[in-house]
Amino acid sequence: MPALPSFVPYLIHTLFPPWVRRPTEIGAEVMMVAGGAFIVYWLLKYKKLQWLWNEWLTTVDHKKIGIMYLVAAIIMLARGGLDALMLRTNLALPTAHFIGASEYNEVFTTHGTIMVFFMGMPLIFALFNVVVPLQIGSRDVAFPRLNAISFWLFAFAAALFNLSFVVGGSPNAGWTAYPPLTELAFNHTVGENYYFISLLMTGIGTTITGINFLVTILRMRAPGMTLMKMPLFTWATLNTSALILFAFPPFTIALLESLLDRLAATSFFTLSHGGMPMMYVNLFWLFGHPEVYILVLPAFGVFSEVVATFSRKKLFGYPSMVLSMTAIMVLAYGTWVHHFFTMGAGPAVNVFFGLSTMLIAIPTGVKVFNWILTMWGGRVQFTTPMLYFLAMIPTFVIGGATGVMLGAVPADYQFHNSYFVIAHFHEVLIGGTVFGLLAGVYYWWPKMFGYKLNDRQGKWAFWLFAGGFWPTFIPQYWLGLEGMTRRMYTYPLGMGWHTLNVISTIGGFIMGAGFLVLAANVLYSRRHQEKDLTGDAWDGRTLEWSIPSPAPEYNFAVIPTVDERDWWWQEKERRRQGEKPVVVKPEEIRPIAIPKNTPVPILLGAAFFMGAFGLVFSWWDIALAGLVAVFSILIYSWFQYDHYRILSAGEVRESEELLGRLGA
Amino acid sequence: MRTWAKRVALALGLVAVMAGCGGPHAVVLNPAGPVGRIELNLMDVAAVAMAAVILFVLVLATLAVVRFRDRKGNKAPYTPNVEGHKVLEVLWFIIPALILTIIGIPTVQDTYALAKVPAKHPLVIDVTSLDWKWLFEYPGQKVATVNQLVMPAGQPVLFKITSDAPMNTFWIPQLGGMEYAMPGRVLPLWLESYKPGAYWGHSGQFSGREFEKMFFSVKAVTPTAFSAWAANLRKTAPAMTVADYHRLLQFTTVGHLSYSSYPAFTFPSVTHGFTLKGGMYLLMHNNPVHD
Repeated sequence: MPALPSFVPYLIHTLFPPWVRRPTEIGAEVMMVAGGAFIVYWLLKYKKLQWLWNEWLTTVDHKKIGIMYLVAAIIMLARGGLDALMLRTNLALPTAHFIGASEYNEVFTTHGTIMVFFMGMPLIFALFNVVVPLQIGSRDVAFPRLNAISFWLFAFAAALFNLSFVVGGSPNAGWTAYPPLTELAFNHTVGENYYFISLLMTGIGTTITGINFLVTILRMRAPGMTLMKMPLFTWATLNTSALILFAFPPFTIALLESLLDRLAATSFFTLSHGGMPMMYVNLFWLFGHPEVYILVLPAFGVFSEVVATFSRKKLFGYPSMVLSMTAIMVLAYGTWVHHFFTMGAGPAVNVFFGLSTMLIAIPTGVKVFNWILTMWGGRVQFTTPMLYFLAMIPTFVIGGATGVMLGAVPADYQFHNSYFVIAHFHEVLIGGTVFGLLAGVYYWWPKMFGYKLNDRQGKWAFWLFAGGFWPTFIPQYWLGLEGMTRRMYTYPLGMGWHTLNVISTIGGFIMGAGFLVLAANVLYSRRHQEKDLTGDAWDGRTLEWSIPSPAPEYNFAVIPTVDERDWWWQEKERRRQGEKPVVVKPEEIRPIAIPKNTPVPILLGAAFFMGAFGLVFSWWDIALAGLVAVFSILIYSWFQYDHYRILSAGEVRESEELLGRLGA
Repeated sequence: MRTWAKRVALALGLVAVMAGCGGPHAVVLNPAGPVGRIELNLMDVAAVAMAAVILFVLVLATLAVVRFRDRKGNKAPYTPNVEGHKVLEVLWFIIPALILTIIGIPTVQDTYALAKVPAKHPLVIDVTSLDWKWLFEYPGQKVATVNQLVMPAGQPVLFKITSDAPMNTFWIPQLGGMEYAMPGRVLPLWLESYKPGAYWGHSGQFSGREFEKMFFSVKAVTPTAFSAWAANLRKTAPAMTVADYHRLLQFTTVGHLSYSSYPAFTFPSVTHGFTLKGGMYLLMHNNPVHD
């Protein structure tokens, strides 16, 4: 028998070291291979490959990109949620060893990283993409191709990050990845390479998305829609994009320098040679604090739309809503040191950042009061999105209030890195962001797919998810006061921590059940829900509800003049009073230029993936090949001039006629 | 209105009771020293002020939902075109600002108060976090211990904290808040135990595989007992050699250790970092172990 080539054992040893050969990893591998095989089989059996390539993989249509973001986010929510349940299972009882220390450390790292970067971010981008162009009366985003590139960079980065679980080993230094724990001397597996490289990759995509939506909102609004007539979700997107633009550069630097410390033996943050780990902490939170507002502002936008629609009333205090949101955007840059009051910056610095942290509670409070007053004098309908809004009020207010307590510097010395903090940020991130985004998903689902998600099942999912939330996180405040610090994989007997941990774990599993019902809700509704033919499933207020669901690829046959807030609501009001409806007049229809599909974004993502994979294992030839591939694709795309296809006026007329929208 | 007031009073009372005594395990709520006491008092102020806000918001929201729910025959006024209310909107800005002032003023006072050690020549203990153990060196007594801290009660003790490994935080919850142990920096923290007693400490910053083992025991004893303990250690315990220190640097966990002396280089003499008065050393000390 001929001997195996010498590189084979090396490859096996490098790609599949002992720490990815534990039962959970092998289980995940089997599931991934089986799932992949099933998808390929399905595509081949139903001859869907062509359809997949033409309709989805090469699309630049913002609506389809939004749906792809949504699918990716839901898959990542499942992964991050499974991680969370593994953590909670391990913590249920003292000295339990459901998973060992090493695996626990990997799982809490991937849980945090995935939930922030690969679940939260794509979910907000899903809503940006689906909603914003429709809300401002635009045919697409400003740079459709860049938009697709953003998505594919994110998708391949997410794939790379998840691959770490089964190939080479996961990162294990927490989602904050503080050095020197991440440097080679203390962390010799490739896990942290995966972390830095995949976040750099998705960071490029995120930055581009920020720029894209800034330009889209500032330049492509329908005639008449001045800034102060924009819907609140569009305002949220504008502010979020501004935050992204300035928050990601310091993060990029922090990631890049950490990566260089590992791959190129530099000493930016290392323990030896005068590296300064604290500089990383500064750079990280200079990004990290705006990041939490990047995640929560879109949810604020959703709530503002949802509460007005389902109270059947104008939003209370529109100007103060805009003012407070913009104030949050500005203040978000001035609070980052509150993540490390206990790093000895001195009383003057700590006091400044403590007070600035409290200051940001003011505009946030304004928003909550305005939402409540929007319901006052309205007619509150208990739809699923509205339930998420109502559940947000207590969770977010308590989470925000404990945030103020954390801002009281000396008190924070006791709270820092304890379970009190864990409870606080889960309460604002789940109670604020996740509730908000789920409300948004339920609210705009008919706009994306042409039917509502089943409301009964939606409410079941809601009660399990929001009901499980309280027993999960409220006990954690108390655990913090009992001195339990974060990221312990187990704890000794006799600390008195077990009762509350058991409650918290049970709550976590109830939330998991809620997610399963949500998934079932999606699958069921796809087959059984009635089509919404009106395009206005909720009797909405803003522009996106004035066109069919799902929107035709050109969105608006004729772009309306929007000279008031809640234009669609007012338009319907005028119709009720017998004024002639504004319908599409056939003679006003002009040919429409539609951006063409292109394989460049997905190929670029794949090329980045190849280069990144090479970098992770320091296989320089593969990394170089990836770099060459990236540049080749970019150069190829420079010589592509023909970006648009023209939809003739006749075709648009025909399509509008089929949708029953042509006026006489 | 009277039931409202009662509810508010009841809830505030509950919070106060919870914050005041807590369960036997709620170490943060049972401070055994002045630092923890000051920090707890600030928590109480913040908790009560915030509980008032939470209660107000929840009552307002419940009223809105119940009164204006979409039911047939709901007689509550329906005013779909109300856009806002100037006075109320301004009030939303002013009231939270006032409440935050209530928390902000003691925050500033306490931050500055805790930044100064209330003693001219406090007892100093040098703390170094290692993978995965705590090294305590007593420069006045010339002795060193691992994973067990002994300190005199009834007087402020100044901890100088650094790390010769990834970051940790030095935290004895019953005595007061934590401070980071970072390589290349020495950060100050003072704590005091009112009376002799036994406590536990732990790290709050994740530092790798055996992070969970970063517990250490704390014993506060009378000053005379403290001197006697150190004198006894100097006589009975072995001296820490350079090789011993290198062994401590390895990725291991150990139980309690004691040394009668220790090499001077194991704790940085001058380094980056702020002093308790807010000044800053600028020179950088090079640790021979790493260069």
